[in-house]
Amino acid sequence: MADPSSPRAPLLVMEGVDKSFPGVQALKKARLDLYAGEVLALLGENGAGKSTLIKVLAGALPRDTGTLLLDGRPVAMASPLDARRAGVAVIYQEFNLIPTLSARENIFLGRERTTAGFFSRRRESAQARLLFDRIGVRIDPEALCRALTIAQQQVVEIAKALSLGARIIVMDEPSATLTSQEVERLFAVIRDLKAAGIAVIYISHRLEEVFRIADRATVMRDGETIATRAVRDLTRETLIEMMVGRPIEKEFPKTAATPGEPRLVVEGLSRAGAVRGVSFAVRRGEVLALTGLVGSGRTEVARLIFGADRRDAGTIRLDGRRLDIRSPRDAIRNGICLLAEDRKAQGLVLGLPVGENFSLPNLGRFSKAGFVRRRREREAFAVHARNLRIKVPNADTPARNLSGGNQQKLVLAKWLESNSEVLIFDEPTRGIDVGTKYEIYLLISNLAAAGKSILMISSELPEVLGMSDRILVMHEGRLSGEIADARAATQEQVLALAVG
Amino acid sequence: MPVEGPLKSGGAVSRFATHYGMLGVLALLGLFFSWVTIQEQDRTGADAAKYLARRLAADAPKPSRVLIVAKAGEEDARFADTLEAILKKEGFTVAGKVQGDPREAKKALQEIADAGGRLDVIATTREGADWQVLATAGRAFPALAGVKVRIPATYTWPTFLKIENLKNVANQIVVIAVVAIGMTMVIITGGIDLSVGSLIALSAVVAAWLIRRAGGEGASGAALVFACLGAIAACGLVGAFSGLVITVFRIPPFIATLGMMQVASGLAFLLAQGQSIYQIPDSFTWLGRGADLLGLPNAVILMVLLYAAAWVLMSRTVLGRYIYAVGGNREATRLSGIRVRTVLLFVYVASGLAAGLGGVVTASQLKSGAPTYGQMYELYVIAAVVVGGTSLAGGEGKVLGTLIGAFIIAVIWNGMNLTHVESYTQKVVLGLVILAAVLLDTLKTRSWPWRFLTRPPV
Repeated sequence: MADPSSPRAPLLVMEGVDKSFPGVQALKKARLDLYAGEVLALLGENGAGKSTLIKVLAGALPRDTGTLLLDGRPVAMASPLDARRAGVAVIYQEFNLIPTLSARENIFLGRERTTAGFFSRRRESAQARLLFDRIGVRIDPEALCRALTIAQQQVVEIAKALSLGARIIVMDEPSATLTSQEVERLFAVIRDLKAAGIAVIYISHRLEEVFRIADRATVMRDGETIATRAVRDLTRETLIEMMVGRPIEKEFPKTAATPGEPRLVVEGLSRAGAVRGVSFAVRRGEVLALTGLVGSGRTEVARLIFGADRRDAGTIRLDGRRLDIRSPRDAIRNGICLLAEDRKAQGLVLGLPVGENFSLPNLGRFSKAGFVRRRREREAFAVHARNLRIKVPNADTPARNLSGGNQQKLVLAKWLESNSEVLIFDEPTRGIDVGTKYEIYLLISNLAAAGKSILMISSELPEVLGMSDRILVMHEGRLSGEIADARAATQEQVLALAVG
Repeated sequence: MPVEGPLKSGGAVSRFATHYGMLGVLALLGLFFSWVTIQEQDRTGADAAKYLARRLAADAPKPSRVLIVAKAGEEDARFADTLEAILKKEGFTVAGKVQGDPREAKKALQEIADAGGRLDVIATTREGADWQVLATAGRAFPALAGVKVRIPATYTWPTFLKIENLKNVANQIVVIAVVAIGMTMVIITGGIDLSVGSLIALSAVVAAWLIRRAGGEGASGAALVFACLGAIAACGLVGAFSGLVITVFRIPPFIATLGMMQVASGLAFLLAQGQSIYQIPDSFTWLGRGADLLGLPNAVILMVLLYAAAWVLMSRTVLGRYIYAVGGNREATRLSGIRVRTVLLFVYVASGLAAGLGGVVTASQLKSGAPTYGQMYELYVIAAVVVGGTSLAGGEGKVLGTLIGAFIIAVIWNGMNLTHVESYTQKVVLGLVILAAVLLDTLKTRSWPWRFLTRPPV
């Protein structure tokens, strides 16, 4: 619904948009309006329809019905070329840059500037420099994109959008892989874009960012647009409730715990270039958070414990017994499991059916004389699917068809079946919608209450503070500090340790 | 939404259709070649005899005198003997039975004419009817004037669908199909094995060489068996070596097996000293040429058994699961605690063994072992796997699909031969078929044409 306080006409209006795929109604009379010079947050759980709506806007998907009005005039948006001509640019989470080409070449890809038929490197370079100045970030136009940091690549994408004359820039989860300083710079860039009259649609699961950068927020759920409000009229709780569709009592359902004796004891863990002399212990029934800036070595520590990478030095003890872990196989046999950071690349074989992913580490249990006992496998999976509420039509669905949240639950089911005593979660709720996040928190809490030892790696400070009993902070490969009582901790305390 | 009870599996029929869609292509090809090869077919052997006897019984009065004329050879012997037996039973008088060439037929006619006997019918095959001496028998031997030449009626049937031809199709493809079993597993793991063609040669040479050492044409049955096992094992070792190079030294499968392809070929030429080893007993051809069970070639039966075993392995065993998992996402599989290196080693050894078996069958078919066998076969094998629906990217594919792919190639090959397509044109056609098969497969998974058929309203 339009902002009543604004006398201007909206730059973009999407009205009554329907889109269905075989078996799924992805959009049901979805609507969205956007004003020039504002930041509109687009929020919703996974599967709510945000990506579909954006793809329709970008001409990447044809809509079934509905109208798109740009400056009050209807547009067809039948192809990405239409969208580009209309001034719509989308910066996807994975970026559309060619890593082996330079920043300048990427910006002008397909629209190379020529002088008498020859590529004019000088003209492109000059224009690229101008764009970077406008954005306020210093980047060498000749640098290859693969040599740039994620944050810098994002700036290249923005420059590309600007050079195409974009009036609407959509950013899909722009801050997911940025450090907090880089996020600040991104916000500065967005504010400049606003001042220049460009409208930004900001998609993110990080609600604190929404409150900081967005003017209005549109919430979608089950393919419908639920509401659009000015951000200043919203609180975190109301936002979550709109996204989930029901009132939520507690965002972090962590039960108070009295952890027992230390079970997993790690001493002097080292790996050249990543981890130096890390020692800590995880107690029975405890959720130990391991946090720090991107690149501080947290994931590396987890991989060393799990045997995924070879350690140069250090010992690992479980219940007093020294473990010789040289491969994930060893770790799993000793009751340690890892839910990796990138569930699609490291946690699942997307092409295999859900049931087969579930049983992969435990086929010994589901087989006899080398033959798989399918019935037993299906029954075991059904139990976990029920307990974890994994939404899947049948056990033969390929894992890639599941939503992010369900995929994460599938990975969890896989490890729960192995009866691990020590569970390492690496970014357990990354890219997962609010409703499923809650379910996963509940599961973590229950696991701890049942006596498991949990090491949780996370970059989301509210999650770290809300879900853990104790916090360890890493900085450049070393442990920079420990906070014994997570409940009493503050974000500033953690950040202070994180920056060294 | 909560799930009740054990989860059901997806619709079995729709799964079958997507997985084995190539079966439809095979059926269409079969129909096409059946249609274009419809011809008048001659009956042969005992079958011909029965039909001719029936015709004579209807046509000629009972106490007729008949001279049976046939060429030399097994099939014609059956014709002559069966016909004689039936005619005698029916009350005809068999004046003589000739099995040989036109001269012998002339001699027989001469004898009958000299003996003053009457002759009513000369019963022969189509080929015999073409002999001059029979066609002009009435005029050449006045005593036999009025004699009629009778042959069995023809029937209309596609040459493609004749039993001999179908058996031929199956037999031609056996070597490629067997080798393709191992290749399917390798490709599912995301790799490739270019050495199989050379391994076929190496295996044939090793088997022949061992047989020659064990007595050549006088080698015992046991020696033959051990020679085959030795050849297959040698190829398995080469496969293991490829696998080690790939897993331990991390050399890409394409390069590693390309190198082994040259090594194996060189070894084959060295062992055979560049020549064909032919000192092999006839009994060795039992596998490659024999047909014991219901007239089906033994090699075809072997192929069917191997495919059954492979299907069980890939779809019902733990190892089969691991192969798909490694191909689908190697890192995730490793992080699930599976020994990826062992799985990869297995598939390359399997490919080597399959190629070894293919070489043994080839040697059995050709009763010799030469280092030139199997040249370019790796391409046909890969084609069978791809046409059968296995993706070269790895992670998916069906062993039975490869069998269908092999048959598709065999049917097209055979069909082109039956319709007298020139051999160079055949190559072009086969290449286009492979491209078409892959295109069909990509269209199935990506729905790109359909997108352009829907335009959004303004």
